[in-house]
Amino acid sequence: MAARIRARRRRASDLSYSVVIGLLAGIGLLILIGPVVIVLLTSFTQGRSIKFPPAGLSLQWYQLLFDPVRSSQIHRAALNSLEVAVVAMTLSTVLATLASVALARRTGKWARAVDTFFMSPIILPMLAFGLAALMYFTFMGFRPSLALIMVGHIVVVAPFVLRTTSASMSQLDPALLESSASLGAGWFYTFRRVTLPVIAPGIAAGAFLAFVASLDNVPVSLFLAGPRSDMLPIRMWGMMESMLDVRVAAVSGVLIATVLVLMLVMERVVGLTRRLRD
Amino acid sequence: MRFRWAEWQLVLPLGMAYAAFFLVPLALLIAVSVFADEKITTLGLATWHKFLGDPFTWKVIFDTVKLGCLTVAATTLIAYPLALVYLGAGPRWQRVILFVVILPLLTSVVVRTFAGIVILGREGVINQTILWLGLSPAPLRLLQTEHGLVIALTQIEMPLLLLPLLSVMSRMDPSLRDASAGLGASKWRTLFRVTLPLSLPGLVAGCMLVFASCTTAFISQFVIGGNRLVYLPLLIWQQSLVVYNWPLASVAALTLLVSVGLGVAAISALGRRSRAYAV
Repeated sequence: MAARIRARRRRASDLSYSVVIGLLAGIGLLILIGPVVIVLLTSFTQGRSIKFPPAGLSLQWYQLLFDPVRSSQIHRAALNSLEVAVVAMTLSTVLATLASVALARRTGKWARAVDTFFMSPIILPMLAFGLAALMYFTFMGFRPSLALIMVGHIVVVAPFVLRTTSASMSQLDPALLESSASLGAGWFYTFRRVTLPVIAPGIAAGAFLAFVASLDNVPVSLFLAGPRSDMLPIRMWGMMESMLDVRVAAVSGVLIATVLVLMLVMERVVGLTRRLRD
Repeated sequence: MRFRWAEWQLVLPLGMAYAAFFLVPLALLIAVSVFADEKITTLGLATWHKFLGDPFTWKVIFDTVKLGCLTVAATTLIAYPLALVYLGAGPRWQRVILFVVILPLLTSVVVRTFAGIVILGREGVINQTILWLGLSPAPLRLLQTEHGLVIALTQIEMPLLLLPLLSVMSRMDPSLRDASAGLGASKWRTLFRVTLPLSLPGLVAGCMLVFASCTTAFISQFVIGGNRLVYLPLLIWQQSLVVYNWPLASVAALTLLVSVGLGVAAISALGRRSRAYAV
């Protein structure tokens, strides 16, 4: 009898677990994917205001967005952002890959300290760094320009490359390096023929993350962007601030579609999602 | 260890870039903060005195830290169950969940902030649902309120918590949970005595990222919270780019740095403490 009651209580308890956890997880999935879907649908609205569900479907806001005359400022900002992202990605990938090749296998105190230092922009309030960079460049006599934003972004996005490259470095068998060296291969030859093929997917995943992080960066661009070096996220902020401009939805739609395509490509090529998880 | 020096040479380029464009600017931030006037001519701690002597400052610091704590709590409440579902799911669903976590992570924060407006506005998704269900006779005011901001930040920061959590979950030995169930523990008991302690490192890492990210998310705070909800990032922005009082902006930035640093350290310490108790 007592055992039956206990079993029934246990079933009730397990049922409550499934209901509570399932419900919260469902809300979680909704919160994750809902906004992306809502923004996409809103961008096709026929109306003149932002509403969900949209009032009728049309491509009018995309037409306006792609109009070279009426949306020229947005185009300028988007091109600037793209230019900065490509340069910041390239330079940070080269610098961070070199550093991680040397650091990833080291367990010494100094190597760990340097690694922590390189990763610190991830947890540090970037707004403080943005302000610091603005004052620094101003004192050195520079006017706001894309080059300064690139430099600022390199510091901020390098940790992403460092993390994914270090992770793939740990999959490299040291015996391979030793045998390559004992067969008389020089350091650079070993790097090119042994190390690089193993860590290339990690580098690619890191470069992709660095590109996206630079493209989305607000806190550094906020301080370093000037009237002649407008950046897309800052311009979008302006479009949301004054009269809510429905083109924001169209820009968002383009960004979401771009990220989705790039993500699927990267998933195919380097297994992006698993690399991010591990 | 033959290539020792050669290897340190590889670290040098990034190290020099960080020294020149990261360390020196941060040192400059401290230097500028100890000037007493806006023109940066007289040394002195007057700016610090003025800033920290103002009760309004302490309210802003408190609100910023509170916003961080609320967001961490809300994110954990929603994200942890999803991680549990991920843990129990088959490989196909795991891929789906992972994809759903990473897509918003890669989508611009400004886009997700914009989604916040569409969701929280007077005619937004939440208000329409509430009116449709008849839970309230009139639309709720969510934009420019703290709880509206927490909802928006939860949506924005959730991937940051989930990623380290899923990473730990996917490395967890499933036989431990099976053993717990086999020994007669209920699902709740297994959650609190086995899964939670084992996943604590991931949870702590995620909470640290969420706290650091949401307390500095200037555009989200400003666009969703409006200018009546004042947090430290707004002060930094106002003082540096509107009023051009760089010493005061530097003081506010350092205050944010220290507050976030302390908050992150507290989360880390809490994680270590509870781990010692749990095992």
